[in-house]
Amino acid sequence: MSPASCTDSLLDLEESLNETPDHPSTPAEIELSRRTFIKTTGFLTAAVATGLPHLADAQDGQTLAITTPQMAQLTLKVNGTSKALTLDTRTSLLDALREHLQLTGSKKGCDHGQCGACTILVDGRRINSCLTLAVTAEGAEITTIEGLAKGDELHPVQASFLEHDGFQCGYCTPGQICSAVALLQEHKHNTLSTVSFETGSTAHPELTDNEIRERMSGNICRCGAYPNIVAAVRHAAKGVRA
Amino acid sequence: MNPFQYQRATSPDEAVHAVSVRGAKFLGGGTNLVDLMKYNVEHPSTLIDVTHVGFDQIATTGTTTIVGAGVRNSDLANHEAIRTNYPLLSQALLSGASPQLRNMATTGGNLMQRTRCYYFMDTAFPACNKRTPGSGCAAIKGFNRIHAILGARGGSEGHTECIATNPSDMSVALAALNATIHVTGPKGKRIIPITDFHRLPGDTPNIDTNLKSDELITAVELPAPKFAKHSYYLKVRDRQSYAFALVSVAAGLEINGNTIRSAGLALGGVAHKPWHSSDAEKSLIGATASSDAFRRAADLAVAGAVPREHNAFKIELAKQSIVRAFTLAAQGVQA
Repeated sequence: MSPASCTDSLLDLEESLNETPDHPSTPAEIELSRRTFIKTTGFLTAAVATGLPHLADAQDGQTLAITTPQMAQLTLKVNGTSKALTLDTRTSLLDALREHLQLTGSKKGCDHGQCGACTILVDGRRINSCLTLAVTAEGAEITTIEGLAKGDELHPVQASFLEHDGFQCGYCTPGQICSAVALLQEHKHNTLSTVSFETGSTAHPELTDNEIRERMSGNICRCGAYPNIVAAVRHAAKGVRA
Repeated sequence: MNPFQYQRATSPDEAVHAVSVRGAKFLGGGTNLVDLMKYNVEHPSTLIDVTHVGFDQIATTGTTTIVGAGVRNSDLANHEAIRTNYPLLSQALLSGASPQLRNMATTGGNLMQRTRCYYFMDTAFPACNKRTPGSGCAAIKGFNRIHAILGARGGSEGHTECIATNPSDMSVALAALNATIHVTGPKGKRIIPITDFHRLPGDTPNIDTNLKSDELITAVELPAPKFAKHSYYLKVRDRQSYAFALVSVAAGLEINGNTIRSAGLALGGVAHKPWHSSDAEKSLIGATASSDAFRRAADLAVAGAVPREHNAFKIELAKQSIVRAFTLAAQGVQA
């Protein structure tokens, strides 16, 4: 985070505060200012964190770690648009998307590859962006939840999640949807799961509900919307966009 | 996470040269290493990205198949040659992690993944001989339900004890398939049998494998397929998916009529390395495929097991899982 962008964030913050209506008129306006505020505070937090002295981690007395942040210049191509960035090498792809490219659709749940909220597509394959270092994604085609719809036309999987009420709080939903989009592509390519072995369907496994559950198991939903998520994926599988 | 330098290697030679920097480590899919860096368990000075060195092919020459170290777990599991000739490997790979993680994780990285022992992964626990040699083992007197029953280091050797398990499913299948690991380093290339690749804790539980720190895994070699028609990977865990094994069994049979010509057996979740049992395999040669024969093999495979306070159940679980895996393998469930 450069001082310039930190200043920009501060200006953004002032603007967003100034823009906040004295008497909030519509829920949309409140929602907008809440998002702007969260994004801006995200910037500030990142700036402050970078300014901290390095935390000593030499608990075992053997650390070989270097102590100065290492910056890398890279270009990320996200949803068809290339952006040049200067990032600390430690930046996860998830943080690059959320904190540096303001694409906050991808969510941070566990930040350890255990929940799937951060699932995005890299070169068409679903991955956990929280365990992907941004520097490793240079040269790849990155697709996030923001890049699935064509203008106002929802991706069929997005439409199916809406139709089948495949969520409650919605926090895991961008990851669920990206995961399901990849699942349908994988199934078109006749991939297997452990369920395929258990059922003996290892030649051309059908997308049964058990297969869907296993293939969506990398995405946790704390609200427990699983029945409707399975229904949404089942429905989308019937009319998947080529 | 500590700061680090990042370098993308474009050839194996470049990667091996680059890793000579003090504290440098190779980076594959990052699913384990980046996670451990976030937990401050790993703190490399430099990450050498080896996913662009050209090790992403699977090639069959004659009867053997060579899998490049950079092949992603999902691609390996779904490759036609693997599905047809080594379904045990496909099944094991697909039993591990999640679709997202399998899309990231590499073959070489899977071999190098570290234990999921809670005490190793959490630096709030000062005692861990694997993380900090000589500091003790918090698991021995702690909550050790997931820990090792075979080949572990316990008892009076407080400064070296370790009851961690190897978390890989892929490596268990590779052990049953008698795979070999191709590596390259400053002193040239060498081939390590899978059963010698991972270590028992011994006096140095901080060292997981016999790979030297300046050596790079280039490929995994699978010998001529013997268990294509009769194999099963049985993974027993607390959750049906997306969880590590309490016990897993890679079982392969080569059957002529009802007579076993050869067998492959390895266990996961029970030891510091994939637990391969030659005695159990030999006991099955010439035997009739039957539950009696499988029970004898199971007793041999788990012989010498030492339970801890919370994991005694693993001994019987392992035996029954072996019988069940061989029974399913003999039935040719996957045909």
